[in-house]
Amino acid sequence: METKTLEAHHKIPGFWRHYIFSTNHKIIGIQYLITSFFVALTAAGMAMLIRLEIAWPEHSWPLLGRIFPGAFPGGVMRPEVYAALFTMHGTLMVFFFLSAALVGGFGNFLIPLQIGADDMAFPFLNMLSYWVYLLGFLVMISSFFFSPGGPASAGWTSYPPLSAIKSAVAGSNWGQSFWIVGMAFFIASFTMGGLNFVTTVLSMRAKGLNMMRLPLTTWALFVTAAVGIFAFPALTAAVIMLFLDRHFGTSFFLPSGLYVAGKLLNNKGGSPLLWQHLFWFLGHPEVYIVMLPAMGFTSDILSTFCRKPIFGYAAMVGSILAIGSLSFIVWGHHMFVSGMNPYLGMFFDITTLIIAVPSAIKTFNWMATLWGGKIQLTTPMLFALAFISLFVTGGLSGIFLAAAPADIQLHDTYFVISHFHFIMAGASLFGILGATNFWFPKMFGKMMNETLGKLHFWITFITYYCVFFPMMFLGLHGEMRRLYDPIQYYTMFKPLQPINVFISINAFILGAAQLIFAFNFFWSMFKGKKASSNPWNANGLEWTLPSPPPYENWEGEPPEVYRWPYDYSYPEAPKDYLPQIVPDKAIAAGNF
Amino acid sequence: MEGIKKMEPTAGIQGLPAQNREEKDHFAPSAFSTNRKKTMMWVFIISDALLFGTFLAVYTFERFISPTWPDRWKIFDPGYLAVMTVVLLSSSTFMATAVEGLKQGKMKRFGFFYTITILCGIGFLGMQAHEWAHFIGLGARLNTNPWGVPLFSGLFFMITGFHGFHVLTGVLILSFIGILKAVGKVSDDTIELAGMYWSFVDLVWVFILAVIYLL
Repeated sequence: METKTLEAHHKIPGFWRHYIFSTNHKIIGIQYLITSFFVALTAAGMAMLIRLEIAWPEHSWPLLGRIFPGAFPGGVMRPEVYAALFTMHGTLMVFFFLSAALVGGFGNFLIPLQIGADDMAFPFLNMLSYWVYLLGFLVMISSFFFSPGGPASAGWTSYPPLSAIKSAVAGSNWGQSFWIVGMAFFIASFTMGGLNFVTTVLSMRAKGLNMMRLPLTTWALFVTAAVGIFAFPALTAAVIMLFLDRHFGTSFFLPSGLYVAGKLLNNKGGSPLLWQHLFWFLGHPEVYIVMLPAMGFTSDILSTFCRKPIFGYAAMVGSILAIGSLSFIVWGHHMFVSGMNPYLGMFFDITTLIIAVPSAIKTFNWMATLWGGKIQLTTPMLFALAFISLFVTGGLSGIFLAAAPADIQLHDTYFVISHFHFIMAGASLFGILGATNFWFPKMFGKMMNETLGKLHFWITFITYYCVFFPMMFLGLHGEMRRLYDPIQYYTMFKPLQPINVFISINAFILGAAQLIFAFNFFWSMFKGKKASSNPWNANGLEWTLPSPPPYENWEGEPPEVYRWPYDYSYPEAPKDYLPQIVPDKAIAAGNF
Repeated sequence: MEGIKKMEPTAGIQGLPAQNREEKDHFAPSAFSTNRKKTMMWVFIISDALLFGTFLAVYTFERFISPTWPDRWKIFDPGYLAVMTVVLLSSSTFMATAVEGLKQGKMKRFGFFYTITILCGIGFLGMQAHEWAHFIGLGARLNTNPWGVPLFSGLFFMITGFHGFHVLTGVLILSFIGILKAVGKVSDDTIELAGMYWSFVDLVWVFILAVIYLL
């Protein structure tokens, strides 16, 4: 066969081409994952500083004053630094951690393994995607060191006019330009990855693996990639126009008659609303970009550890598609108080509430999967269960925000912060942690330590609720987000301040607990127990390969697939799992 | 669920005609029986189309919120515009003819129409450069113009510039792989992909023409 002779030429390349400038999907996935964990630790550190300021506003911390004399003169955080911190925390977490870990990390690692392909469709493009992503992150983070005036501080949403006028605030000058360039790199990287994923899933599945036999993880990653490809162009256009507004004097986002520092600006005719429309046309699908893969992981993990087929597979696929497509027509619910036409608000109100239907279908299907299952409470399973909990808490609070009458009261309060930290940040974070515990053996051939894993899970889960649930009460009482000093000027919030102290203390424990995970991750990579090829007795194609899989997964001999990946406790099967590669004939003969 | 579980391995995959499989492809053939480069090109084109779609939506948005809008018939010369459009759109036909010739192995026909395609692209770029020079000469800039609404020239230069950049990229790609083809270092597939991109760029022009110049 010609393919055989071709295979002979494929050899594992040397160190640089193998581990650094790799075109191999597994290495790229791991590069993405570890880089994004590093980003997460950085952005979590920023969150700690933010919480420190909120709980003890304008308190002097001599130690911080000594470490960062510029940002903490006399130990007190400057307000500009506070604004820069929440801006960069949001940007880094949403794009450079969550999206990158879920799509770049697990997408790269899992898609070829789960569809029985040897690599992605375009390995070189894949490598480029990672390096452009890294470049984007370096540009973003370097704004802390090299940007006069500090990093961008118009919030992760970068609303004009703050972001469009260079003289508006300190961070609007160089910092915002860094932000634009960093985002442009990220979008380019995501587009390259997305093109690869969609093409790979469509054109490289193993024989017999039709779309309705794909694991839900691959389904979710496939739809996520498509959503990203179709949503990011809006932000690309917006970022180009913001750049022109800032550096070439156009007024796409700047209305007539703007006064900045007592001076009338020259701009004419634009509209800041336009930025909001474009930003949220990406921004809302982006929420699902970080939700859908976590939903996919959860489905696969639940099914494996309940030893039961996932309940309602077709409905699950249908809801992934429904959520993916509905996400494009709900963006206006971020803009109820923006001055947009109220009738338009009504439209977005209804479409947003419709998204609750596929989300509820998924939740009920997870519940039904659990029902009557032989539940094994391993660390990945605990994270999957916690995912459902966070998803329900966040989802129910989302219904309040979807309804314009309630949102007008709750907009820009801590209720919103609580809501999206549960559903988008929290649920997808738990998805990532669960998936890391679940697929770690496949990545490194070692098991993660279960005791440390469970300790990390319980501390994270409990403190996560302690941090974000009380924020709902702050929000219902009207406390606004992004306040540098919540009590000095808004004296009515003074009685609520103990809640903020409680939240901050829990936030520090939550942050510290992630070091357990970091330790477990790197320690297990070298010293963990050796993993078998299928430590969880799971069905997916990835578990039929050794751990870690060979450099070119199936080395040119793709597997044949005879069933979906959810045949747990199959009546005629001798074991309680039935890998996808087992034909019906082999079950009767009992030889697998 | 039962139905999915018991489903037989998909029929038809083994029976794909051999020309649908990529040469030297050691992966399983596509379930959609499309060439994977073409699949990627289609997805890329949809994504790029959405980018232009966003720009044109922005144009429409800004136009609706502006109390006045310049009268385009007093700014543009319809005759000049018609020539530009004919030059660009006919180049798509030439490209399609070239690819057809390539598939039938008529290399002379391919070479002739392929060259004309590139020349049409260059001709369009020249005309656009001349049009821009004319407006810049009249005092139009990104943030100001003699016709009253400053946003108009900003949008005009941004959108036509972005499209012109795509045409330029197309011309460069076509020239580059044309040279590679002449020395036999490029597959017919790649030429066809470039043709897809070229037709897409031409199609975008139709929408730009309609939204900015005509409506």
